[in-house]
Amino acid sequence: MTVLQTLRNFYHRCASPRHFYHIAGRALPWLAVCAALLIAAGVFGGLVLAPTHYDQGEVYRIIYLHVPAASLSLMIYAFMATAAGIGLIWKIKMADIMAASAAPIGASMTLLALATGSLWGKPTWGTWWLWDARMTSELVLLFLYLGFIALQRAIEDRRTASHASAILALAGVVNVPIVKFSVDPELGFRTLHQGSTAMFDSQQMAPSMAVPLLLNIAGFVFFFLTVLLLRARNEVLERERRASWVRKLLEQTDD
Amino acid sequence: MKAVTTGQAFRLLLMRDLRIAYRHRAELANPLIFFLILVSLFPLAIGPDPATLGRLAPAVLWVGALLATLLSLDGLFRSDFDDGALEQLLLSPHPAALLTAARILAHWLTTGLPLLLLAPLLALMLHLPQAALPVLLYSLLLGTPTLSLVGAIGIALTVGLRRGGMLLSLLVLPLYIPVLIAATSAVTAAASGLPYAGQLYFLAALLVLSLTLSPLATSAALRISLR
Repeated sequence: MTVLQTLRNFYHRCASPRHFYHIAGRALPWLAVCAALLIAAGVFGGLVLAPTHYDQGEVYRIIYLHVPAASLSLMIYAFMATAAGIGLIWKIKMADIMAASAAPIGASMTLLALATGSLWGKPTWGTWWLWDARMTSELVLLFLYLGFIALQRAIEDRRTASHASAILALAGVVNVPIVKFSVDPELGFRTLHQGSTAMFDSQQMAPSMAVPLLLNIAGFVFFFLTVLLLRARNEVLERERRASWVRKLLEQTDD
Repeated sequence: MKAVTTGQAFRLLLMRDLRIAYRHRAELANPLIFFLILVSLFPLAIGPDPATLGRLAPAVLWVGALLATLLSLDGLFRSDFDDGALEQLLLSPHPAALLTAARILAHWLTTGLPLLLLAPLLALMLHLPQAALPVLLYSLLLGTPTLSLVGAIGIALTVGLRRGGMLLSLLVLPLYIPVLIAATSAVTAAASGLPYAGQLYFLAALLVLSLTLSPLATSAALRISLR
């Protein structure tokens, strides 16, 4: 069997909730260990080893939480909308489950990014909040997540809920770049938030500061995958609670 | 029975919706009265100083128009959903997106357009600078159809729910933000004598984008709600 065929088989097996449940169960410990190791290394590197910032002092260290959370918040939205779209178009149950499980994680990442940003802003900019372009779009992103979750909760039938919220997620995908574009300095929005820093360029960011940050971003991705699979397994059990394999599983655990 | 072409179906549906709206004239006035009351709350809360009011007028008028549209959305599909006419609409051989577009056009003609006509009066009451009045009307002309189009997606998703009202605002308001920013920015720029063409073009672009995508999304959402 070629590699491609193996991959395709794996993909098809994952699309069935039952196989997904078992595959995810086996993958979970590895993902969790990766997340724990990477975040531990990143936090140690960032909080202990990295030098103090010449201008901001120790306050800057919050980026080791802020940057991973902020990048994850966008990544998860893209993931969620893609999964929801796949579920809507090809009616793949697992894609619906993935989108539903990703939404609360994405919302918490967005909230974390906003909270850490405002904690950093008070000592550095002298204010908790500004209607700055990046901050405003992040806030709108939070609203979009909350709308998605609220719609999921409001509709009782899970399949209808998934498909309805998929349409909302796709409308949000169109909306995010527009919001990003419309909170333009020309329209009266301040851009106090700094632009992206090239983390691989040692001129812009010292490796001793950049490496822990990259480790933490990778760690957050693994953390996301771990929590995603945990939530998705739960969701599978709940949606398939009438299936015989779930009943058998529950009987085994009862003993 | 003679077959109806798609164009005729569009026109028939539009005329039907307008006729129904005309026969419920009292309901048509409600969003307008809401707009009027909401806008007159602001001078009471802020104080009667003309300079302050003039500066806040674009924001107040636009937020008022936005909320009035939001409240009027419920009428878009509710009665047809309740009596089953919506199912017939989706079962027809004509493209559902086009028929939904007719419905949204009727909604704009009966709520967005009256808001536009009422706006000059309220602008006067809020001491909006004279120079900004045409720009306010342009921005409403380009912006309120977008509000109807985008709101249609939200109401189509929630029409089957028993208490969809609160949820609707949660779903739709974030999607309204770009329109609000561009429109108020255009009016504010015009009030202080700055160029405003860019913001109006942006509003026009949003209108074209929502005009192409929203009927498709709305009809897909209606199919999901009816399942």
